[in-house]
Amino acid sequence: MEHATTLEHTEDIYEPSLTPDSLGKLGMWIFLVGDTMSFGALLAVYAAVRVGAGAIGWVPPSEILGINLTAFMTFLLICSSVTMVKALESIQNGNVSRMCTFLGLTIAGGVIFLGLQVYEWSALIKHGLTLTEIPHHGLSGAAISGSTLFGPAFYTITGFHGLHVTGGVIYLIVILIHGLRGRYTAEFNHEVEIVGLYWHFVDLIWIMVFTFIYLL
Amino acid sequence: MHDNEHASHHHEESFIRKYIFSLDHKTIGKQFLIYGLIMFFVGGGLALMFRWQLAYPERPVPIIGASPQYLEDGEVVTGADKMWERIYESEEEEWLEANMPNGVIEPAFYNMLFTMHATIMVFFVVVPILVGAFGNFLIPLMIGTRDMAFPILNMLSFWLAVLAAIIMAIGFFVPGGHAAAGWTGYAPLSSDPQWTGVEWGQNLWAISLLIQGFSSLVGSINYITTIINMRAPGMTLFRMPLVIWSLFIVAILLLLAFPVLSSALALLIFDRLAGTTFFTATAEGGGDPLLWQHLFWFFGHPEVYILILPGMGIASELVPVFSRKPIFGYRSMVYAMIAIAFLGWIVWGHHMFQSGMQPVLGSAFMTTTMLIAVPSAIKTFNWLGTMFKGSIRFTSPMLHAIAFVSMFVIGGLSGIYMANTPVDIFIHDTYYIVAHIHYVVFGGSLFAIFGGIIFWFPKMYGRYMNDVLNKIHFWLTFVAFNCTFFPMHILGVGGHMRRISNPMQYEFLQGFEGMNIFITMSAFTLGAAQLILVFNFFWSMSRGKVAEKNPWHVNTLEWEAPTPVPHGNFVGQVPTVYRGPYEYSVPGEESDWIPQAQPEHAHATGGD
Repeated sequence: MEHATTLEHTEDIYEPSLTPDSLGKLGMWIFLVGDTMSFGALLAVYAAVRVGAGAIGWVPPSEILGINLTAFMTFLLICSSVTMVKALESIQNGNVSRMCTFLGLTIAGGVIFLGLQVYEWSALIKHGLTLTEIPHHGLSGAAISGSTLFGPAFYTITGFHGLHVTGGVIYLIVILIHGLRGRYTAEFNHEVEIVGLYWHFVDLIWIMVFTFIYLL
Repeated sequence: MHDNEHASHHHEESFIRKYIFSLDHKTIGKQFLIYGLIMFFVGGGLALMFRWQLAYPERPVPIIGASPQYLEDGEVVTGADKMWERIYESEEEEWLEANMPNGVIEPAFYNMLFTMHATIMVFFVVVPILVGAFGNFLIPLMIGTRDMAFPILNMLSFWLAVLAAIIMAIGFFVPGGHAAAGWTGYAPLSSDPQWTGVEWGQNLWAISLLIQGFSSLVGSINYITTIINMRAPGMTLFRMPLVIWSLFIVAILLLLAFPVLSSALALLIFDRLAGTTFFTATAEGGGDPLLWQHLFWFFGHPEVYILILPGMGIASELVPVFSRKPIFGYRSMVYAMIAIAFLGWIVWGHHMFQSGMQPVLGSAFMTTTMLIAVPSAIKTFNWLGTMFKGSIRFTSPMLHAIAFVSMFVIGGLSGIYMANTPVDIFIHDTYYIVAHIHYVVFGGSLFAIFGGIIFWFPKMYGRYMNDVLNKIHFWLTFVAFNCTFFPMHILGVGGHMRRISNPMQYEFLQGFEGMNIFITMSAFTLGAAQLILVFNFFWSMSRGKVAEKNPWHVNTLEWEAPTPVPHGNFVGQVPTVYRGPYEYSVPGEESDWIPQAQPEHAHATGGD
């Protein structure tokens, strides 16, 4: 019965849209707001357990974590954000092959970051930082003691961020494949912009993580 | 706008595409509704089991419990006796044997029952129905668009919720039983199996809620994007119906609140499975059970407004329609909801007055909590102002709406009373709290849900629900509800603790035996009354009186669509909106209602 109704209509008119070029852009912004809350909660937990350690003490991060390597990782991620900006700029000028090159570079940045994180984690585990224990000796060679929550807090937060990077790399690869098949043009490229939003967010979160977990 | 072109193509769809993995917001809404109703019976059944225990401690529950003859001399009389005989003979079901011998509820089993009752009612009944069902069905129709912004995500949201429900259901059958740490999952009860004896039940509880969190996240992204970007021409923000405002605000609350719970649940799972100690105080690690409470209630208090705000929105639709008057103070209604949603973020500490808190901080939380009375009172008086001197039509949806307003007042007032820290010292953890939450969530949200189902049923299924059955259901529910939950205030002030399996073991509570029996009898009546609603719901789907396009004479856009609503919702262009949603009985007009999409009307207003 309901098929009797014909639904032919011309292009609908709507109230002015906040993101007229694509719904997905607003959707991504909203997702990022929600995701900020999950990272925010984890960082708040970190603050709470670190302050709450009280007399047990909290080992200074520089005694356990290699800051130099992570500083390089941070630099790498910032570079990948720059290449992401370049990729979007290229496609907005209609240059597909240049966009693909820059997307490839962005993906490479993400993959190397993940590789370094795997290396860092395995080195830390070997050094004695696990979910239930902390190493007996710091990087300076001195004996250290403090809350065993150092490990879980570190692995949870960097791991959660690593998951985001992994997701981002997969997402970028999908967009790159679309790009190689010629899906994007100077007029139609909001999907590249949206993946960029996500990538910059992951980058920004890393700067927070780096500051709170490694530097402070 | 290439994201937006899905609606216009009409084609035959297979059964699976149309009814199971549907992308249509209306079908997904109905799926959420039926999902919620099914879970409603699971949650309600659990409640009736522990109500039995409270009235008749240590006696087998009816139907599945063993008969007196079997208990006395082992004589098998009923089918249930046979079942227990089989359970004792076999080596399996040892957990059941230990926790519910002959159908008698043991304390550990009692803990599981109330934990799962609350978990299911909050996460699998009220939120899926209010947000999932009404949100999906109403948002595109009422703002005048053809579907949600992201139909695939919408489908994903429903099927994630189903997955969460399945995982939650599996928990009942794992060794050790289901979660038993209360719906709030307070650490260390939840974080260390040694305190409750629950192993995988609690893990599944946490995993299921994590998945439900993803489902909510996806849903709220969809709702917010749709409402911001896809309103019909002329549908300015302040011409949106109040139920859409409430769902919009709730989507924002869900978006911001649920990720916090998800993070906390992930840490809880690490504590249970990986040996970390985030929520347990140890000599080596620190860690703090209170941390869980902060995280949980930072999510949990916005959550209670997630449970009530859409109910307020539904009441704000029903009251003007059946009073044939514009809503009193449209804009103040919107601002009050925004104020409630904002204040909801800074009151979580009032759940923790007795957990150990600096007195100054307690006073701060007390003040912010009492502030919520202001916007709530604005809303209440606006509903009363709308009804005042209206030509009220006491239809079934209207009865439910009036019940909502009155029960919400009782629940709200007891809330203000409890918010006082000195009072809370006395009544915390008693049945007073139980009475309060049920007045707000049952008396509030559920009456709104019932009213909403009856009101929108003609648009959903093209038929009316049977009105006689609706009236019987309403009066039985209303009376039984008050008989069930009002006496709990008295129990609470009398010092009756919540979450105890056998009140008769305390001398000072033995005097309450009669009242407990009365409450249980009322609860059984209340449960039985809901069978009428569900029978009526499914019966009316195919047998109900066929409804016309706009049976209640409502202004909002969903009634502009043909019934049953076709794929793509509106015939021809989406309607253009010329005025606010509540122009009833406008002076000088012949008709007592002017639909939002009716053009030839000189003085269109901005909505208030």
